[in-house]
Amino acid sequence: MDFYRSHVLVCGGTGCVSSGAYTIEEMFNNALVAKGLDKEVKVVRTGCFGLCEAGPICIVYPEGSFYSRVEQKDVERIVDEHLLKGRIVKDLLYVDKAATVTDIQTSISDVTFYKKQKRVALANCGVINPEIIEEYIAFDGYQALGKALTEMTPVDVINEMKKSGLRGRGGGGFPTGLKWEFTSKSPGDIKYVACNADEGDPGAFMDRSVLEGDPHCIIEAMAIAAYAIGAEKGYVYIRAEYPIAVKRLGIAIAQANEMGLLGKDILGSGFNFEMEIRLGAGAFVCGEETALIASIEGERGMPRPKPPFPAQKGIFGKPTVINNVETYAVVPQIILKGADWFTSFGTEKSPGTKVFALGGKINNTGLVEIPMGTSLKEVIFDIGGGIPDGRKFKAVQTGGPSGGCLTEAHLDTPIDFDTLTALGSMMGSGGMIVVDDSNCMVDFARFFLDFTVDESCGKCVPCREGTKRMLEMLEKITSGNGTMQDLDKLEELAYAIKDSSLCGLGQTAPNPVLSTLKYFKDEYIAHVVDKKCPAGMCQDLLSIVIVDGCIGCTACKRVCPVDAISGEVKQNHVIDQAKCIKCGACIPKCPKKVIVKQ
Amino acid sequence: MKSLAELTKLRDESLKRVDLRKERKGTRIVVGMATCGIAAGARPVLAALMDEAQKRGLKDVEITQTGCIGVCRLEPLVEVYKEGEDKVTYVELTEEKARRIIAEHIVNGHIVTELTIGAAK
Repeated sequence: MDFYRSHVLVCGGTGCVSSGAYTIEEMFNNALVAKGLDKEVKVVRTGCFGLCEAGPICIVYPEGSFYSRVEQKDVERIVDEHLLKGRIVKDLLYVDKAATVTDIQTSISDVTFYKKQKRVALANCGVINPEIIEEYIAFDGYQALGKALTEMTPVDVINEMKKSGLRGRGGGGFPTGLKWEFTSKSPGDIKYVACNADEGDPGAFMDRSVLEGDPHCIIEAMAIAAYAIGAEKGYVYIRAEYPIAVKRLGIAIAQANEMGLLGKDILGSGFNFEMEIRLGAGAFVCGEETALIASIEGERGMPRPKPPFPAQKGIFGKPTVINNVETYAVVPQIILKGADWFTSFGTEKSPGTKVFALGGKINNTGLVEIPMGTSLKEVIFDIGGGIPDGRKFKAVQTGGPSGGCLTEAHLDTPIDFDTLTALGSMMGSGGMIVVDDSNCMVDFARFFLDFTVDESCGKCVPCREGTKRMLEMLEKITSGNGTMQDLDKLEELAYAIKDSSLCGLGQTAPNPVLSTLKYFKDEYIAHVVDKKCPAGMCQDLLSIVIVDGCIGCTACKRVCPVDAISGEVKQNHVIDQAKCIKCGACIPKCPKKVIVKQ
Repeated sequence: MKSLAELTKLRDESLKRVDLRKERKGTRIVVGMATCGIAAGARPVLAALMDEAQKRGLKDVEITQTGCIGVCRLEPLVEVYKEGEDKVTYVELTEEKARRIIAEHIVNGHIVTELTIGAAK
């Protein structure tokens, strides 16, 4: 094994790959060869660093220099200056908008985005090369499996998990240890473990990042779960839309098989375990565990009533443990470092850390992992860097299409499973979409409902018909044709769908509507009564007019694509509302800023 | 792989590959690699330091480079930061001298006084 004095880590997560990380990596390799540094400096492709907004990201160790938005022309400078002469290229470093000091942050550990995080599930993401098993092993990989197989009985493993208080990270928040215990006690000779990697929540991508950045930890955790419940076979159900994750998990499984960390008689303990990947076609409903089971069995992905729970009757009718990717990702560390270590983070009822995907109107779009109990304000303003363009925070949607929105009044709320549920939202898988004052909350609710209508599997009537009717009502409101009765009907229907739907998809689908109705009823009323959209988003309720002060420069007239603006030179201009298509092209052209949306 | 002991052995071997990225303490050897250093022959010195460190399987030793330290006339110049000790600056190095520093100072803990900046004329 060769000794290198410096490592250049290039992010190989989907975000950075789409902004050209592979080309950057290749250019680094070529430049190092050209300068004769390739025996001294190693280029390592890693998983996601989390700060996707600033991609492609490269980190140079041992300094920990954090280069962001690396372009092709920058590679040669980094090689010439930093790697050859040891001078950090300061103008290419990530600029920490949240830092109070004016110093440039030369090391990744000084960047505010990372300082407040506690990375457990993402510990290896952006640190190891996910395609090399030795790198995982070097960071104590498979030691937890070794400890479980040699020092612990299956009951010990389950007890440790119960003691850790780990709750399912996929959204439900069910205690993982209990789930394992139920499955272990279910009668049956054959049992299965499954990993739910069907991450369908728009805006959430932590499962993808874990599988791309640290696939071996999922293999190790599933083997531990299998040992605990007495299973010999595991399935990972992953959507085909995650090609990099599928590829790296496949490589990882092959390597583990080759090393004897999967297969027969693992580490001489007599325990056998094999794993298989099942690809999903990307239906949101297949993230529901009974639909996922049906899909693995080769049936159409539709849910069925529970009970029986998967712990009694799962894949092929056998007792099955199904956990989410992020849940599995923390299991090896709980086994290795103990339940007490895990409970030292987070709150009493929700121990540990949770990964959130920050998106929407926020400066640092990306993945963050924080101890449970951190306030929304810290996540959005300190780690997330606040709202871009100096706009005002309006709300944050947690839990994606199944969750609800929280407002400014909730910013000091400590985030955990129970506080979010109490406020009418939910943890969900951890998507956090930030909304500013230019977003219309009615339109926002409509967007999520549009998604659930598309994704409803159609098995039960409340979800199939009910969500469609709700969407129609919302469209009626955003087009300016709504009545106050519609608001009442909308609410009544929402509760009916919640109460009577078959699975989680339908039961939670009305949440975005209910929470916006609760916290932003004035916006709904403005749409219905005043026929106005306060945020200026709903096109049908919008009119663009020229107010006093027009100098007749004709700039707006020239840019209008439909000739809706009339007026002579040096005379007042007028917009013909019947012709105007509200494209807004005229607004930035006006030198006097007298064209406004109303 | 048939036992936990084998796994642990592999981990210890693999540590070298990723050591640089771990949070750790230990010795830092910094080579002055500005134009003056490179012109005076800092690259062979750096290569010799790395080669020696690798041969001896040194852990917790970081070899890195820096810009001009200021005394260009005494290049190639290397600074050694050992935990709990003062910084030691070695000057006018060659490949052999570099290997000696690894052997005597880094491994055995004796500062090679005659190579330090204090001994330079």
